[in-house]
Amino acid sequence: MVYTALSTLFSHWRRHPGQLAMLVLGLALATALWSGVQAINTEARAAYADAAATLGQDRLDRLVRADGRPVPLADYIALRRAGYLVSPVISGELRAGDGRLRLLGIDPLTAPPEANTPTLQGEDFNLAAFFTAPGLLLMTGATAAGPLPPDLPPIRTTERFPPGAALTDIGTAARLLGQSDPSYLLIWLEQPAHLPPLSTATSLQRIAPEQRADPAQLTESFHLNLTAFGLLAFAVGLFIVHAAIGLAFEQRRATIRTLRALGLPLRSLLTAFGLELAVLSLFAGLVGLILGYAIAAALMPGVAGTLRGLYGADLPGTLSFDPIWALAALAMTLAGAALAGAQAMGRTARLPILAPALPQAWHQASTRQMRRQAGVAVALLSLSGTFALWGDSLILGFGAVACLFLGAALLLPITLSTLLQLAQRGARGPLGEWLLADTRQQLPGLSLALMALLLALSANIGVSTMVGSFRATFVGWLDQRLVAELYVTAQTEAEAARLMAYLTPRTEAVLPVVWADTTLAGRPGAVYGQADHPTFRDHWPLIAAMPDAWDRLATGDGVLINEQLARFAGLSPGARLTITPGVTLPILGIYSDYGNPEAQAIITLDRFAATFPDIAPTRFALRVAPAATAALASALRDDFGLPADAVINQTQIKRFSLEIFEQTFLITGALNLLTLGVAGFALLTGLLTLADMRLPQLAPVWALGITRARLARFELIRSLILATLTFVLALPVGLALAWMLLAVINVQAFGWRLPMQVFPADAGQLLALALVAACVAAALPALRLARISPSRLLKVFAHEA
Amino acid sequence: MLLQIDGLTKAYGPVAVLRGVSLTLAHGQSLALTGESGSGKSTLMHLVGALDTPDDGSIMLDGVEITGMDDAARAALRRDKIGLVFQQFNLIPSLSVAQNIGFQARLARRHDPARDAMLAQRLGLSDLMSRYPEELSGGQQQRVAIARALAHAPALILADEPTGNLDEATGDAVLDLLLELVTSTGAALMMVTHSTRLAARLDRRLHLSRGQLAPLGSG
Repeated sequence: MVYTALSTLFSHWRRHPGQLAMLVLGLALATALWSGVQAINTEARAAYADAAATLGQDRLDRLVRADGRPVPLADYIALRRAGYLVSPVISGELRAGDGRLRLLGIDPLTAPPEANTPTLQGEDFNLAAFFTAPGLLLMTGATAAGPLPPDLPPIRTTERFPPGAALTDIGTAARLLGQSDPSYLLIWLEQPAHLPPLSTATSLQRIAPEQRADPAQLTESFHLNLTAFGLLAFAVGLFIVHAAIGLAFEQRRATIRTLRALGLPLRSLLTAFGLELAVLSLFAGLVGLILGYAIAAALMPGVAGTLRGLYGADLPGTLSFDPIWALAALAMTLAGAALAGAQAMGRTARLPILAPALPQAWHQASTRQMRRQAGVAVALLSLSGTFALWGDSLILGFGAVACLFLGAALLLPITLSTLLQLAQRGARGPLGEWLLADTRQQLPGLSLALMALLLALSANIGVSTMVGSFRATFVGWLDQRLVAELYVTAQTEAEAARLMAYLTPRTEAVLPVVWADTTLAGRPGAVYGQADHPTFRDHWPLIAAMPDAWDRLATGDGVLINEQLARFAGLSPGARLTITPGVTLPILGIYSDYGNPEAQAIITLDRFAATFPDIAPTRFALRVAPAATAALASALRDDFGLPADAVINQTQIKRFSLEIFEQTFLITGALNLLTLGVAGFALLTGLLTLADMRLPQLAPVWALGITRARLARFELIRSLILATLTFVLALPVGLALAWMLLAVINVQAFGWRLPMQVFPADAGQLLALALVAACVAAALPALRLARISPSRLLKVFAHEA
Repeated sequence: MLLQIDGLTKAYGPVAVLRGVSLTLAHGQSLALTGESGSGKSTLMHLVGALDTPDDGSIMLDGVEITGMDDAARAALRRDKIGLVFQQFNLIPSLSVAQNIGFQARLARRHDPARDAMLAQRLGLSDLMSRYPEELSGGQQQRVAIARALAHAPALILADEPTGNLDEATGDAVLDLLLELVTSTGAALMMVTHSTRLAARLDRRLHLSRGQLAPLGSG
């Protein structure tokens, strides 16, 4: 019985292949964008997990120097002689041209068992080759295939190792990196019981895994953003599916009645309906998976670049296939199709066998329904405002965005209807009146597609305003922060001293840049020593400060902190901060510090020297007359003998920073465009759906003396009117979204807040894009109308040949 | 002569619907067209109304040959000279009754609100002017369609079963109005009907059978 019902239901698709294509494409597109984003997230999380597990970084404590410099070999030897179980690691990066490789040099004989180096085991592994010259590098096949620095020891490929990194013997790493002292010491979990605590035996700082910057944690908000975008695209795709299923239900209303009248039980009918949907969803889901994989593979290099630039997290630039990802995406497709088909199934269940069908009832939304919908929308928008203004977590921030989107979408039909009604009053001429009245009447049928367009446009406006604001602020901030014309780095403290002597007569000011890695308010961070100079007083971007902050800082009795630290620890000017055990200073001001995930504090150079006596500056910011900058840079390289990469001018740093910035938002732009494309497709499917159903409304106008070509032009104009109105309504929604992203989500996710700026030119471009999308979507139905044969129009009037 | 049809033929694929139909209709004259289902009545009405083109033959309306006209010219002809009343009313659902009545007259730039009001009053629509088609009964919708067809004072009124959805008394009143306007304005009426009683009230009666015309009663 179910089979009979199923084959009858499927016969509909044989007669309406275009509708079937619309349903499958809608679901496939929704699945593609969602699964594409999830594939990227899965890959990234796997990479973080690998990185975290490398050398037991997720479990083992380390010993490091407070200033971040290598641990003296003597300290290591002293600890081993005292009986402590510690193991040295040399870590560093090799760079040459495009080639870039992070080296981890370990001592396999003293490495803790938890260091998890299975790649050193196995029957065919030649341990001797690992220890002895020229050494052996272990890395993944993908890393080995990528651009590498020249003159490396032999390479052996292995699985599951962080991308762009290689494991080697400590001796090999020391030789390749030119560093004899360990970067840090790994501490075994179990230490000999008779020994006193390690802290009493060394002045080195002990760092627990949770104190270290964890890429998974740092990048969580980035992935959350991607997930939100994926969900938005999925929701937009479901609008298409909902429209297709709704149309199919209407067209099969008579068939359903007949099946029921002929004795098919409702349960069998619903089972057949569910099976039909499941079969179609599975097919569309598979198509979507293939598309999603292709999208993810195309976006992956950009994402890897972004995460490297933003957080220093290493990701492979290629994508691997994960069956769990595929199954999860298919499950999501089935759930989405069930959601989209629930309404039609509910209607099927309630459809009386004998009641006459109301023509086109599915898109005749009553005013009462619209008002009820508007009531829900207002409630959701109020909730969104409440979350945004008083919520204090990232989840509530995303809740605010979700409520804003849903509320705005639900409010759209009644708002458009009201606007069109107002415009109708001012319309002149019968055709203008008819066009506006007819457009208003099409709203229920098009509202889902228009909601999708509203969401896509709002997301576009919101995200581009956020990125634009971020960019403008970032550029301004770079101008403030990077005032010095040149930045030079000495290799050693002795070279730094000679450099100072060389530079002093040749520059307007030499400003040392010196810092110590430390823990601030329980978080990894750095304390910087800064000279008292107009360069900083006049340009440093303070967003909150006590009176005479700079004067008080100059006395050494105070500290400036970055916005991230202030927000994270709830600190404000006037509070006190411990910068190192025993040194607590009042906070004089807070400065913006975009792009830095870590806590930062600034004290005077004198206070720095007193607090961290072992650290001398090796980096300097130089104030030089702009005309003399190039000559000084050349002299530093040619006369003083600094390597080329030790002298960097301000323009280079700014360009590099902006490159990272642009890379960061590359994927956002791509997803934005894809979502708009899906919304355009939703509009096309909505218009195609309506095209056939509209013939009875268009035929009389044609019969009364309007040509088909003119009617087709009206169809285009109608789409443009709707797209323009939707865009106008998307503007406030998009700006509200931008505000939420900048003032709520950004603060919760990254710890800094940006001033919002509006970019009318960008909005103009988007309007043009929306109009083009509407034109393209309306072109096919309009073309079909222009070419429709009179006999098809006449069928509306004639019931006999 | 307002309308002169000569040797009109039309086929849909292998099915010949009209086979050499010829007729004439003078100003102020009314013609009843009868025939069984599938005889080609509606097709003939569509060809005369410039909604479709014949395979062969000629249609002269007010001295102008319309069969060779392009799409735009035929649209202009329908707009200016023809009043159409469809069996299924075919009102514009997004416009109110008042807007529907005046729609074609405004397209033809001959809109006369006083005439609209007179037609509404005569057809019993005065109280329904602000309503929308979906809020009307079938009979009310048919009366709106008739008012629309008459509002721009067309030269030729083509009506396909205009009283099919009306009760006998209302049907008679509507036909009275149609005939009165035909007489007073010099327009012509061509009406498809299954009712011999109503057909008897018109000036001439023709029967269409298997695509060919014959005087009513001749088969």
